[in-house]
Amino acid sequence: MTDLIDRQKLSYIAAQAADARLNVELETEGMTLNIGPQHPATHGTLRIIVRLDGEQVVWADPSAGYMHRGYEKLTEVRTFPQVTTLINRIDWLGSFANEVPFILAAEQLMEIEAPPRAQWIRTILFELSRIANVSLFLGDLGVQLGAITPVFFAFRDREYVLNLIEGATGGRFHPNFDRIGGLKEDLPKGWIDETRQVMKKLRNFCDEIENLLFGNKIFQDRTRGIGVIPPAVAQQYGLSGANLRASGVDWDLRRDQSLPLAYDKVDFKVWTHPDGDSFARCWVRLQETREATKIVDQLLDGIPSGPVMAKVPRIIKVPEGEAFVSTENPLGEMGYYVVSQGDLGPFRVKIRTASFNNISIVPWVLRGVYVPDVITILASLYFILGDIDK
Amino acid sequence: MIAVDLPYWAQSLLRVLGGTVAVLLPAGTIVYLFLFKMMSFMQSRLGPMEAGPYGSMQLFAEVGKWLQKEDIQPENADKRIFKIAPLIVLVSTFLLVAVVPFGPDAYFTDFEAGIFYALAVSSVSVLGILIAGWSSANKYSLLGGLRAAGQLIAYELPMVLAVIGVVIQAGTMNLNQIVEQQNAGSMFGWDGLGNPYILTQFVGFLVFMIAVQAELTQAPFDMPIAESELVSGYMTEYSGFRFLIFFIAEFATVGVFSLIASVLFLGGWGIPFSWFGWESNNDVDDWMNIVGPLIMITKMLGLSFLIMWVRFSYPRLREDQLQRFAWKVLIPVSLINIMFTAILKVAF
Repeated sequence: MTDLIDRQKLSYIAAQAADARLNVELETEGMTLNIGPQHPATHGTLRIIVRLDGEQVVWADPSAGYMHRGYEKLTEVRTFPQVTTLINRIDWLGSFANEVPFILAAEQLMEIEAPPRAQWIRTILFELSRIANVSLFLGDLGVQLGAITPVFFAFRDREYVLNLIEGATGGRFHPNFDRIGGLKEDLPKGWIDETRQVMKKLRNFCDEIENLLFGNKIFQDRTRGIGVIPPAVAQQYGLSGANLRASGVDWDLRRDQSLPLAYDKVDFKVWTHPDGDSFARCWVRLQETREATKIVDQLLDGIPSGPVMAKVPRIIKVPEGEAFVSTENPLGEMGYYVVSQGDLGPFRVKIRTASFNNISIVPWVLRGVYVPDVITILASLYFILGDIDK
Repeated sequence: MIAVDLPYWAQSLLRVLGGTVAVLLPAGTIVYLFLFKMMSFMQSRLGPMEAGPYGSMQLFAEVGKWLQKEDIQPENADKRIFKIAPLIVLVSTFLLVAVVPFGPDAYFTDFEAGIFYALAVSSVSVLGILIAGWSSANKYSLLGGLRAAGQLIAYELPMVLAVIGVVIQAGTMNLNQIVEQQNAGSMFGWDGLGNPYILTQFVGFLVFMIAVQAELTQAPFDMPIAESELVSGYMTEYSGFRFLIFFIAEFATVGVFSLIASVLFLGGWGIPFSWFGWESNNDVDDWMNIVGPLIMITKMLGLSFLIMWVRFSYPRLREDQLQRFAWKVLIPVSLINIMFTAILKVAF
């Protein structure tokens, strides 16, 4: 691994020296390229200002905020139950996962706990939104690299998961299903059997993507050894989720934290990869999707009976206090720091989103790479614009 | 030989019409059959279904749409060159089809140095692409144009070297005679199959097809266009019918290169067991002028199926990896192929 970083640095230095020589002889000059805000590789409106020397990046600077929607401020004029409608839209591909940490923080302040069945269903839906989110990443990865077929497989199979989420919650993208003290409703009839079948399909999808993309020589050439992030740097920049685990740091909030969710009841493996390059990040995500289907299967087997809603007053007033709860979301660690002053709504909510921190490493990791690698590295870091700009 | 004598103007008119059909028909067929339908089936969807039965009229709808669109030119663009660029690319395709023989008499021209000419005019399209990238006044276009220039020049070489094997074996550069040599030839005294050069020049065929893939800027060699990186490369600023011309040129060139590959390696307009004791082109019956084009189109579809299949399945290489592949793998392999062909030619 260190070998790769050294090589990257050396090639960068060599390129700089060559350019300096060229500058004297030919008077070349660099080019500033705006990748974004409208660009197919930025999944929305991220702007990355790149200074190019030929096709090599001299420096890169991400400029976020083109889609800022002010959710932190908006939460201050909403009541607690209304906030979930907003925060659904932060990471729009894994919406349900956004609701959970906020609801858990509010429950912590109110000192109530959801009944066991609600906790299990929350965990199942949490993992389903992870599958829906990451399976689209796996397809999109192909598009970023120029392979157009995988994304259609991803959309096809994500549809099954979205149908499940719709069946349970009534909303495909923005469920708004989590309530303080439990869930809105119980699962519909026949949902559990259908989920088992869909999980089988999703495992097939993972195999398909593994054969189609990960085993491909060109894919490996394009991603192996590209955009290497050593563990120490990853931790310094506050990376989380699969990006951190791909650098070899064994860190997963699902396992390392004891929250009122059902993760301690299931047996799952936290995948890490020692390389820290683009391939490792993609590979860890693939394994996580497969692991998530197994988690869902295990949870479905042991789902307890009982109510899905605890006793909660009709008008929710959260007592004075502060709480921070973060969970392992599809994109990484997502946390809400909630300050309440005993009102109907929160006094202040600070949202810690994964993509915002993940993208902060861009200036470091893009230095010295070629333009095509900019795209692979951005794709492998996997950000969602709503998650960056909030 | 056909015994009809046409006046010069009628011959020219026929040739122009034939050339247009030979360029547009493959382009349309490839787009509908492969780009619309086969790609959709590979990606578990149906593709266009509304326009005509099974969406077969979709192409006309698309052309109509493109013709209606506004012809946008960037303010800083070098307008005159910007307008010429797509035409240069298309003209190179038309020039290319001029030497392809479709039958014993069904050809447009009978050049002695036919394949040499074909390889020469195929590189004219580089000029069109380069000036399209340069004149668009767009940084993405510029990067795409420069990439295209580097790539097309690098892959010209293995292509020429792959063809040299065929030329050595056939002993001629005339495409008509290359077809004749293959069909009238025999393998170890048995002339049922003729002697299609794909058997003896298999390495050359592989190198040629890979180089064609790169010449056509199809995935995995589509960096000049690279939608996810360079938006659309040198075509970024083109809209309306100028984009349409680029689009036609792209797929027509797929067809024409497939035609040339089938002439060089698959026996052209002849098929196995159909060469009834004919010794040369002059002996061949006239009905081959009708059957020949059909055989050629079948072979062309087969080869363009391969090209498209690879295009839909593979991710994209990086620019330096592409150059390394051309210079370190393809060129040495084709040089070794030439050496062996030459030794065997002298030996037998």
